[in-house]
This record gives sequence, structure tokens and C-alpha cells, in this order.
Amino acid sequence: MQTRNSNTHYGWVAVFFHWLMAPAIIGMFALGWWMVGLGYYDPWYRQGPDIHKSVGILLLILLVARLLWRFLNVSPDQEPAPRWQQRAAGAAHGVIYLLLIAISITGYLISTADGRAIEVFNWFSVPATLQGLENQEDIAGAIHEWLAWTLMGLVLLHGLAAFKHHFVNKDNTLRKMLGLGAKQVP
Amino acid sequence: MKKIASLLFAALVASSFGASVQAANYQFDTKGAHAFVQFRIKHLGYSWLYGRFDKFDGNFVYDEAKPEASSVQVTVDTTSLNSNHAERDKHLRGEDFLNVAKFPTATFKSTSFTPNGDGKATLKGDLTLHGVTKPITIDVEEIGGGKDPWGGYRQGFTGKTEFKLKDFGIDYDLGPASQTVEMILDVEGIRQ
Repeated sequence: MQTRNSNTHYGWVAVFFHWLMAPAIIGMFALGWWMVGLGYYDPWYRQGPDIHKSVGILLLILLVARLLWRFLNVSPDQEPAPRWQQRAAGAAHGVIYLLLIAISITGYLISTADGRAIEVFNWFSVPATLQGLENQEDIAGAIHEWLAWTLMGLVLLHGLAAFKHHFVNKDNTLRKMLGLGAKQVP
Repeated sequence: MKKIASLLFAALVASSFGASVQAANYQFDTKGAHAFVQFRIKHLGYSWLYGRFDKFDGNFVYDEAKPEASSVQVTVDTTSLNSNHAERDKHLRGEDFLNVAKFPTATFKSTSFTPNGDGKATLKGDLTLHGVTKPITIDVEEIGGGKDPWGGYRQGFTGKTEFKLKDFGIDYDLGPASQTVEMILDVEGIRQ
């Protein structure tokens, strides 16, 4: 398997980024949704948010690397489909990236609203920058939550579209992201 | 006898006249931040956690000659809760606690003021918090009053009260040692 993308294939780096981040992002949504309902005496009351913040920072770093890699590479050609579908797919991918950036930033703005840094697994810490805005943590928190739900809606659409390509159109869309070659045409 | 009665009557008129002259409306000095609405609650039963509301306003009517006629009202902006920790503040303002999106203000209106004669007094009134109105009792102590250096006249008090969070419909479990919150209220009013 090649490292870089080609016009017909995703290289292993792009495939690795996708499948490392996809479950992590869905897991982050689940963790975030679950942890805000925890009771004060729950052992996860502190651990949940600590992990959520640490993974969030790591995901943002991965996202930056992934976007750089994307712009330094060609993207495989889209499978034949009506033009509007190809455009919609491109737009959805763009919006997913934008949402990931916005969710990361708003999450960061919640925890750093009072000037505290975010500790990433006691490994390194990310200092606060923008802080002390009026009710910053509440506004950032509300946006963070709404964008997260929007993202999950798009993720669902993205997954359904991939299955539709695979099982209905029987094309190579999903196979490409799985790092598989084009289907052998008998 | 008649003379004594008329003297007494004159004294009474004079004192009530004097009282009505001195009864004055005082506005909280929130502009100069000489007023504080603070709370404290035990953390796990191991220490006290302090927080405050940064935005509030109020006024009181006070007459040194007739203190029992005093009254006070306060309006607190609950979204201004501040406990020096953004994540905690967000939680405390959220649905588990004050639900400030739904209940952005808390109010206190006094119903009676009973001086004990030693500079201390009992202030009773209705507190509306989290959409629930209940009577509370505040133990008040007069700190001082008089002219300020800038041509004004001020009067200051401190007050303490406590209540159970559950009484105001806040039932998030912080543990057995943290059922009751104490409020520490300090105001300096400027005579209007």
C-alpha cells in the first residue's frame, strides 16, 4: 500500500488518519454526552472530563496534520455519480472539517475561560489564550454542544452515503477508504 | 398633669417628625463595589467553597431613630455567579443547579426588620431563587454609618443566612455535608 494518495487510491496515511479519528470523534461525542450527566460522587466525574479534554487536544493536533496532508496530496477522483451528489459530498466533507475545528476551539474556550490551562494526560499542557469574556464558558459550551450534535448528524449521513455507494451503487468509494484496491471487474 | 401630657405629646410629635425626616432611601454602592453577595458551601465536608454573584442591585430604607421601619430589596443576576473556576461556574449556572437560562434573576424582599438593640437585628423576607419563593431570616449586624469623605452619607450592614438547596428545588446531590448553603451579604448604601 502506497504512502501518498493517487487519483485512484488513498495512501495508508490518509486511511490511517480517517480510521484513527473516526471512532475517537464518535467516542468523544458519547463521552461528552455521558459525562455531563454524572453525579458528583461518580468516579468518572473528574476522569471523564479529563479524558475528554486530553483526547480533544490530541484530536485537534491530528486534525491539523491531517488537513496539511490532505492539501499536500491529491484526492482520489470521485466515483461516477450525479454532479449534485459529488458536490454535496465535497461540501459535507468540508463542513465536517470546519465543525471539527469549531468544536475543538469552543471546547478549549470552555475550560480555559478562567485562564486555566488544559492538562493533556499529565503529559503537556495547553495554556489559555482568549479568556475572561462575559459568560465565555456558557456561550462556548452552548455552541460546543450544538455543533457536536450537528457533526453527529453529518457523520450519520456520511456513513449512510458510504454504505449506499458500497451496497447500492457497488462502487469503490468505501473500498478506497478501507485501503482496498478497485474491485476486480470480471 | 395636663402640662405633662402636652409635653409628652409634643415630644412624640417631634420624634415622629424627626423620624420621618431621617428615614432615607439608600442605594447599594454597586458602582464602587462596596456591596457583596457571597455564598459558601462545604466541599465533601472537608473545606468551604466560596463563590459570589458579581452583578446585583438593591436599595434599603433606614432610619436610625426608627430602625424597625427599615426595609430592603435586592435583585441578583444569577448568570453572574463566580466561583473562580469556569467549568464549575458553568455547572452551577446549568440545569443541575441554578438553571440561569430559565431563572436569570433571584430576588429578596424584606417583610420585617427587628432590631435587638445591640446593633444586631433580624431581617425577615421572601427569597425567590430558582423560581421558588420562600421566607428566610437574615441575621443582620450594623457595621457603621455616617458621612463619607466625598460629600455623601453612607450606611453599612452585614448579614448572614443559610438554607437548604433542596428547599429551593435544587436537588443535585453534593453529598450529606453539602445540603446547606450559607449566604454572606455585605452592603454599603449611599443615601439618595
